[in-house]
Amino acid sequence: MTSLEKHLRELRASGRKALVPYFVAGLTPDWITHVEAAVHAGADAVEIGIPFSDPMMDGVVIQEAALRALDAGTNLDSIASDLTALSVSVPLIAMTYFNIFHHYGVERAAGKLATSGITGAIVPDLPLEEGREWFDACARHDVATVLLVAPSTPPERVSAICEACRGFCYATARMAVTGRSTDAGEGAHVVERIRAASDIPVYIGIGITTPAQAHDACTTSDGVIVGSLLVKAILDGASASDVEQMVHQFRQAID
Amino acid sequence: MSAPGALGHFGEFGGRFVPEALMPACLELESAFIDAWGDPEFTAQYRTVLREFAGRPTPVTPLRRLSAQLGIELFAKREDLAHTGSHKINNVIGQTLLTKRMGKQRVIAETGAGQHGVATATACAQMGLECTVFMGEIDTERQALNVFRMELLGATVVPVTSGSRTLKDAVNEAMREWVTCVEDTHYCLGSVMGPHPFPWMVREMQSIIGHEALQQMDDLGASIPDFVVACVGGGSNAAGIFSGFANTSARLVGVEAAGGSAVGKGSPGVLHGMRSLLMQDEFGQIEEAYSISAGLDYPGIGPEHAHLADIGRAEYYAIGDDDVIGALEVLSLSEGIIPALETAHAVAWILKEAGREIPLGSRVLLNLSGRGDKDVAQVREILRGQQ
Ligand SMILES: Cc1ncc(COP(=O)(O)O)c(C=O)c1O
Repeated sequence: MTSLEKHLRELRASGRKALVPYFVAGLTPDWITHVEAAVHAGADAVEIGIPFSDPMMDGVVIQEAALRALDAGTNLDSIASDLTALSVSVPLIAMTYFNIFHHYGVERAAGKLATSGITGAIVPDLPLEEGREWFDACARHDVATVLLVAPSTPPERVSAICEACRGFCYATARMAVTGRSTDAGEGAHVVERIRAASDIPVYIGIGITTPAQAHDACTTSDGVIVGSLLVKAILDGASASDVEQMVHQFRQAID
Repeated sequence: MSAPGALGHFGEFGGRFVPEALMPACLELESAFIDAWGDPEFTAQYRTVLREFAGRPTPVTPLRRLSAQLGIELFAKREDLAHTGSHKINNVIGQTLLTKRMGKQRVIAETGAGQHGVATATACAQMGLECTVFMGEIDTERQALNVFRMELLGATVVPVTSGSRTLKDAVNEAMREWVTCVEDTHYCLGSVMGPHPFPWMVREMQSIIGHEALQQMDDLGASIPDFVVACVGGGSNAAGIFSGFANTSARLVGVEAAGGSAVGKGSPGVLHGMRSLLMQDEFGQIEEAYSISAGLDYPGIGPEHAHLADIGRAEYYAIGDDDVIGALEVLSLSEGIIPALETAHAVAWILKEAGREIPLGSRVLLNLSGRGDKDVAQVREILRGQQ
């Protein structure tokens, strides 16, 4: 079992719901302090978004953030070097599009994540059928390949996805890109399907924008991922202490 | 050209790199296409609409004056004479018929120059489907008349303000929209690109160009050409005409815009649901294409072309903006045909290579993918600027 999955299973066994905020690496020069603030406020893991020029699954907020980070010269190497300044005790999970790793070379990219202290990776445009090479490279470097299940995923596919999935399974709450909707979504339904196929920890993400939604999501899931809300705040100039406060509200809501 | 492998691979290219949310829709589309394309009733209906509504078959015209000037035997397959002025209508008729067959009511599409958008809006109006077209904000300004055409045809045009605000971003936005409405909406992709089954399906729906041309060359007593030449954006008109000649001795030549040259300047990568050749920087960020013609302004190429280049069955060359206007003028003056700027790239390659890469006396078939009406205002500006 990957280190990440072992850790997240222990977290679940301890009765704690996982709070996983998402940040776009390199969005501001002090982005590392946002990560630290979130951990300070009770985040259990952090998603590190590696910016890509064509983020097909992201809404306007993360698109804008990715472009800003790229304009500032962010890349896999600069992120790795920024991360050497980060001292947090929670797992880090990379999130990006496949071309970034494909172009870097999958073996080299998986190794780079591992040496940067990243123990999981989410690649939303890499489905099961195309992922073998990447999954194997990650396995060699103890990087957990987190896979997504959507409301449209039929049950047979859910089983196949869960078999290849490591760390946790990402239940997408709605048929939409990140940062769009405010309704409750179909997260509970997706979680149910994953539970029927596997006992891997399941977190709900996509469109969780209020502490109340996070609370509701955690009645079925083992945790939540909060992305666009924080990224929007940072785009609008939020400081590390603003971030800490926002994350703290989510912590309180799910405890 | 044959069908791709089960997962949509052409050699090491192609595949299906889409978010899980879109995976079921791609699988559904694949089986719907296989079912329809194997159904003689469907293909008969497709050919009937192309004949009654779109003006097929388009002729092959011997370009006699230009042939004499160049010392070659030049023919043109006249996709400029198809309804809406380019080959785009062939694919769109096929996909809108498939949309109806799948029981969907709405179509979304991306467009660069507006040709695919206009063709989609046209077919939707004819078949009573709802239509939304995503178009980069810069392109809506460059091609304002095409925006108006689409609106006249009842389509909603959504300007895309993200990224470089051109074709590649319009594709991103159409994909994002498709996630939210896959249940009742078909995404009508405009070229041989994107996730499986699109590259294969669009090639099949364009292969009518090549199959007609093969027969027509024979009817003209010209038989197999030495060269088949087409411009390449995503590569649909090229794939269509190559389909008729892949099993012959003809050399297949694709002509890219120098500023959007995925074969010449690209490397393998993953974008818009496919693994193909892409223009990208050292960290895998996609580069913006620049071309005088909005229809070739794309940093990638269809995966089957990447494969044909890889195995050496087709050759790809690049033509810079500077040679394009001259080629458009030559074809206009010597043959009475004003080609689209996209097509003018293929013409320019022939003008440049006659007597060099193309030996004198060769028989050459040009795919005249579209007419230049949409471009005349832009060409006038450029020619005025040169005076
Ligand atoms: C006339 C014409 N030719 C060619 C193209 C390029 O597309 P493709 O490479 O798919 O044929 C376009 C695209 O807009 C076009 O309008």
